[in-house]
Amino acid sequence: MSGYFKDLISGIKSLAIGLKITNKEFFTKPITLQYPHESVKMSPRYRGHIELIKDEKTGFAKCVACGMCEKGCPSNCISIKSEKVAGVKGKVVRAYLLNFTTCSLCGQCVENCKFDAIKFSNEYNLASTNRKDFEFNLLEKLHPEGIPEPVVDPELLKKEQEKAAAAKKAAEEKAAAAKAAAAEAAAAKEAAEKDTSEAGGESNAEEKS
Amino acid sequence: MNELIRVVIYFVGIAAFLGLNLAYLGWVERKGAGHIQRRTGPKEVGPFGLLQPLADGLKLMSKQLVIPDSADKWLYMSAPVLAMVPAVLMFVAIPWGEEIVPREFNFGLLMIFAFASVAGLSVLMAGWGSGNKYSLIAGTRAVSQSVAYEIPMLITAITIVMITGSMDLNEIVRQQGDYFWKWNIFRFDKSILMPLSFLVFFICSMAETNRAPFDLGEAESELVAGYMTEYGGMGFGLFMMAEYANIVIGCSLTTILFLGGWQSPIGIFPGPHWFLLKMYFLIWCFVWIRWTYPRTTLWGLLNLSWKYLIPFSLVNLLVTALFIKVF
Repeated sequence: MSGYFKDLISGIKSLAIGLKITNKEFFTKPITLQYPHESVKMSPRYRGHIELIKDEKTGFAKCVACGMCEKGCPSNCISIKSEKVAGVKGKVVRAYLLNFTTCSLCGQCVENCKFDAIKFSNEYNLASTNRKDFEFNLLEKLHPEGIPEPVVDPELLKKEQEKAAAAKKAAEEKAAAAKAAAAEAAAAKEAAEKDTSEAGGESNAEEKS
Repeated sequence: MNELIRVVIYFVGIAAFLGLNLAYLGWVERKGAGHIQRRTGPKEVGPFGLLQPLADGLKLMSKQLVIPDSADKWLYMSAPVLAMVPAVLMFVAIPWGEEIVPREFNFGLLMIFAFASVAGLSVLMAGWGSGNKYSLIAGTRAVSQSVAYEIPMLITAITIVMITGSMDLNEIVRQQGDYFWKWNIFRFDKSILMPLSFLVFFICSMAETNRAPFDLGEAESELVAGYMTEYGGMGFGLFMMAEYANIVIGCSLTTILFLGGWQSPIGIFPGPHWFLLKMYFLIWCFVWIRWTYPRTTLWGLLNLSWKYLIPFSLVNLLVTALFIKVF
């Protein structure tokens, strides 16, 4: 009989504690995030797809198109298109193509980069019914307003042109020298041939006779 | 002619009151559930989600009524109606204010209990008529629950009738004075166990409406949706509305029997506003309790009734009889 009342009292007590807890929760601010209107602030170490880092001084991507990320990528999802432009130091990145459908977010590219030119983004709103939507050009993402043309350094251009001219001249000279040498050689050869032909003639004659 | 006008006014008034309440109790329930779980509840449709009930109602009304092949057609079709009709009829005896009573009955209390017992029948009909094993189990559960909880509820009501000597609800309210210590819940001169009696009645009214933690009739985790499994569209809608109507009735009855109905707790301005205030407070407690406790087991539910509620209500009946006889 004592157990009966003990059960009753402890039961009522625990029910009252439950009501107190829900009452407290009722007056606490909801933690719901109104998703389409608000979004979560991602933690800095979140691994989204990679993105290029802008050099704040120049306003261009830090990427020098060395291709180490491309080489290190185990799933071959990175390909960089770059070219040499007159008057610009180094190679110019024309497109940094990331095929995110095969990327496993391993981070090898970020590890491999010696220039701190790529990092993981915090982008997680990636949903599409079209796989083409996951083939990013990271350069376009870095410069959404349009990829700027690289700035041509006139001094460098001049130097390069001079160098090119010098090289051309040198090449010409070299070519001329080579030509002269070749001519000389040819002359020498001719002369030698003449000698031999004469001798040969004799021999021919000998043969004929 | 006068009677006819009275009937029309009653019908229109009750329909409007019920329509508003049934729609917005759903909203209150969802908001309450949301905030208790630290969510926000409906908020997109209209300011604070206030138009959500309209959207839900439109959706339910636009749905096709499907009758399953294995169902007993007549039982299946009449069960939701039978759930709703007594819920509306019970309002005929509720005294909203001293002068605002749809119909003054000599024994309104008896009438309400008579109609309330039909609700159990409608659940059984829905369970049996659906031709679905889950519905059938739910129907039998609901009936065993109904039987278990109607007994302490009626015994408690008899206690009140013994104290007041009347089954007229308005008379019961009138006898409770205009200060809160004169309400039946605190009338220690009639029985020292009155607060306990109030608690028993409140728990029983919660169980009668088949609500969590006593919602064994529609235990989602075990029985899909219980006796409502095969219902869609407005069939389901009627059951939901009947549930909320029963909540309103249960809380009104608790207010009338124990909390002094339209009487003021501090002795000023008695009127329907006090009635509504107390009733909505109790309804809020229903919502609060629903979202606090998990569902009881069937034996837990029956144990609570047979081992605690019925003995306590009987003891209170005896104590009240003793007090009335002695003092």
